Amino acid sequence: MTNIKKHISRRGFLKLMGGTAAAATVSLTGCKDKDLSTEDDYRNQVEPPKGKMTFRTDPKTGQKVSILAYGMMRLPSEERGSARENTSSPIDQEQVNRLVDYAIEHGVNYFDTSPMYCQGMSERATGIALSRHPRSSYLIATKMSNFAAENQTREKSIEMFENSLKELQTDYIDYYLLHMIGGSGMEEFRRRFIYNGILDWLLEQREKGRIRHLGFSYHGDVSVYDYLLANNDKYRWDFAMIELNYLDWKHAKDINDQNTNAEYLYNELDKRQIPVMVMEPLLGGRLSNVPEPIAVEIKRRAPEKTVASWAFRYAASKPRVLTVLSGMTYMEHLKDNLLTYSPLVPLNEEEENFLEQVAKKILTFMLIPCNDCKYCMPCPYGVDIPGVLLHYNLVKSEERLPEDRRHPDYARYRREFIIGQNRAVDEERQANHCIGCGQCVPHCPQRIDIPARLHEIDNFVERLKQEL
Amino acid sequence: MLRKTRIILAAVFYVLITLLFLDFTGTLHAWLGWTAKIQFLPALLALNVLVVAALVVLTLVFGRIYCSIICPLGVMQDIIAWLGRRGHRNRYGFSPERKWLRYALLALMVVTLVAGLVPLAALIAPYSSYGRIAANLMQPVYIGVNNLLAMAAEHVGSYAFYERDVWVRSWATFGVAAVSFVIISVMAWRGGRTYCNTVCPVGTLLGILSRFSWLKIRLDTDKCTGCRLCERNCKSACIDIKNRKVDYSRCVVCGDCLDKCRFGGLTYTSRRPAKTADAPSRKVGRAEVDTSKRAFLLGAVTAAATAAIAEDKVKFDGGLAKIEDKVSPERQTRLTPPGSMSARHMAQHCTACQLCVAECPNDVLRPSTSPGTFMQPVMSYERGYCRPECTRCSEVCPTGAIKPITRAEKSAIHTGHAVWIRKNCVPVTDGQPCGNCARHCPTGAITMVPLYPEAQKDGGKDEEKSRLMIPVVNEEMCIGCGACENLCPSRPFPAIYVEGHEVHRKG
Repeated sequence: MTNIKKHISRRGFLKLMGGTAAAATVSLTGCKDKDLSTEDDYRNQVEPPKGKMTFRTDPKTGQKVSILAYGMMRLPSEERGSARENTSSPIDQEQVNRLVDYAIEHGVNYFDTSPMYCQGMSERATGIALSRHPRSSYLIATKMSNFAAENQTREKSIEMFENSLKELQTDYIDYYLLHMIGGSGMEEFRRRFIYNGILDWLLEQREKGRIRHLGFSYHGDVSVYDYLLANNDKYRWDFAMIELNYLDWKHAKDINDQNTNAEYLYNELDKRQIPVMVMEPLLGGRLSNVPEPIAVEIKRRAPEKTVASWAFRYAASKPRVLTVLSGMTYMEHLKDNLLTYSPLVPLNEEEENFLEQVAKKILTFMLIPCNDCKYCMPCPYGVDIPGVLLHYNLVKSEERLPEDRRHPDYARYRREFIIGQNRAVDEERQANHCIGCGQCVPHCPQRIDIPARLHEIDNFVERLKQEL
Repeated sequence: MLRKTRIILAAVFYVLITLLFLDFTGTLHAWLGWTAKIQFLPALLALNVLVVAALVVLTLVFGRIYCSIICPLGVMQDIIAWLGRRGHRNRYGFSPERKWLRYALLALMVVTLVAGLVPLAALIAPYSSYGRIAANLMQPVYIGVNNLLAMAAEHVGSYAFYERDVWVRSWATFGVAAVSFVIISVMAWRGGRTYCNTVCPVGTLLGILSRFSWLKIRLDTDKCTGCRLCERNCKSACIDIKNRKVDYSRCVVCGDCLDKCRFGGLTYTSRRPAKTADAPSRKVGRAEVDTSKRAFLLGAVTAAATAAIAEDKVKFDGGLAKIEDKVSPERQTRLTPPGSMSARHMAQHCTACQLCVAECPNDVLRPSTSPGTFMQPVMSYERGYCRPECTRCSEVCPTGAIKPITRAEKSAIHTGHAVWIRKNCVPVTDGQPCGNCARHCPTGAITMVPLYPEAQKDGGKDEEKSRLMIPVVNEEMCIGCGACENLCPSRPFPAIYVEGHEVHRKG
């Protein structure tokens, strides 16, 4: 009986109750001594259990790290929304305390902040909230965020580190990161960490135990990432933080040309047995707020689970992942994430394939929304507008766009794109013949900025042709 | 043995060099480019001392095996002669050397080369004759077959083959190729190596050397019964059994006679020098020259054309606007490809073999029709432009007429400069903003400036007018690649076109 109940949704259960009240009463009475009551059913749907959190073990110290990490970048503000969005309003410290207490109570022990979060207020708020708990009950991660040129001197950078200790009311940092390496390329990295000797200084601090684990977070130019890992023997990275989610895994390039697929980043770390911290498991919310038809499809598979929970399970299912960051502004977010991870049910292969399909569908929503109505035609200068757009869309949706030169199939995709385009559209009618007069634009029911898209495709093709 | 070796080597060389001319994908020339670079006249023009010396030594040791193995025109004649001989046994015979004709043509060749009239010499030069035949007659067939395969490939969703336009780049050159093919074929069909031993200046030159070659076909007068079987099978008509002599200046060391002699009377050895006999043969026809050009009529025609395009703008029923073919403007100075250094260098070094024309993936190169540079490559941009990543013509050129250049070097060679023709420019004719030339200029030599500066001055009140921009060309930065001309929307005459530079500047 209890088993059956477990498998019917809340709404279904209510219907059942309304329909056969007598039978329900009997059955409920019958259930009273069992571990689940109706109240439990209600509660279990939204209230995470205690003591069920999944932990991973840090290979360096053997420390248990909760699979859910609290990101302190989106702390609640006193007015409304996170202090990040609502910059004029101070952080709601009371709420932060409540959230932190609740998180710790439910097993979360990893808190990630930075001197620059919430306009520089995050560390202090984090310190205040955490210092009310024994230091051994939580792990602190913060970062060397010396982005501004005036902060890149040795003195200023060291000051930044020392200030973090002060703000966080501690004398050591559990996980210290070189913040956002790769953001502006290799030279910027050298300015921030090499020329001023800060990286060596941080390595010293690790020796002294003031930094327990040294790592970096990465966005942007992959050459810096590759450089740091190539020199892993020298730096012995204790961990690294990357963007990982089911879109970025294989499709980071589709979102932005400059991106690197998480699959590559993760595998590079996995090869070297470097623990992985995951950021952006929701891709900035894009994997919780998905297009409606996709949301329905995801919900259909598990009506009780949130759309976001799938993304969190995805990130945590990678075995090398130590913890998954989530910037939780609201209690609901925290509860939902705790539910997902108490305990984590790793994705099986079938579910992983399902998410890959979802990712592809999300991407199709990122295609140029041309539906070949041809209202834009004829282009007075002879361009076959829908022909060009649809060929690009087709290749993109087939995931055969030649974008990443390191991709093993790059040369093949490149050839196929150029030949395929010549087959689809006469050479005299391709994107490079768009003069940008814009006469087509008012005719497009999809409001596509046709000249802009055509020029993008033209640039893309031109780059392909030049990269022999 | 000699014959078999010769046939195998000749077949290999012939197939490779022919493939070099047929391939349009740019994949083979890296592997096969050498087959053109070891040809005698190209090596001479390229001042490739090593190759010329090697060929001289080769001839001094083995005789004219160059003509039997390396020269594609020679091998082509052997194939035609073999076809012509089938069913006709012993069809050849000795004929005396036509000394006058041979040496006169050789002298003419030397004079024209020294005088820099290479196009004239190119008409009878063997390698470039073959190149023209391969590029004009064989490549279209090859591409035709490729296009059938491409259609099939497209049908099954494969990308193994892609379609390529077949077009005659110059009817005059096509005519020369066709006529020389017919004449040489007829001569070969009926008389074997008549062309090589009467007309071909390279054959004559090597013939002078081969008289003194170390290894020769020797006639053993003791063993010879005078049956003339060898003579009647000698496609060079150089065995004179009556006088028991072999004309070594014409013998191409094919080895056919060795196999024919039943008495072991002929050997290919180093012993005993022998005297020579002489004789020329048939006349050779010359292709007529067609130097017609398309007229470049600005103004009225352009106005009519833009009017035709304007009509299409009215309807919005889908479909495609008509595209008129572009017309090449008559350039005051011809455009030669980057690497050719100057128009004069090109004219003096190019044998007009058409290899670069056959290779050009952008349909830019085509044979010239003007008398002084007849059949030598010139550039024009109606079908494509000289793309920044391509250096193929410079890689394949065997004569050094187009010197090898890298991509980086190419981007800094000024082969010409763009010229703007106001009355064709779309902002002027159609009142539409454009800038396609500036957008595609690989060196950033084109900047867009307001067409109506006054309209911008009064705060852009007249929005239509103030957004119209026209291109200005910084001639110092322009390299003459023709991206602007090719992508200019004005048809049939572009509003921006490239004038050639007589001497290419660098940097």
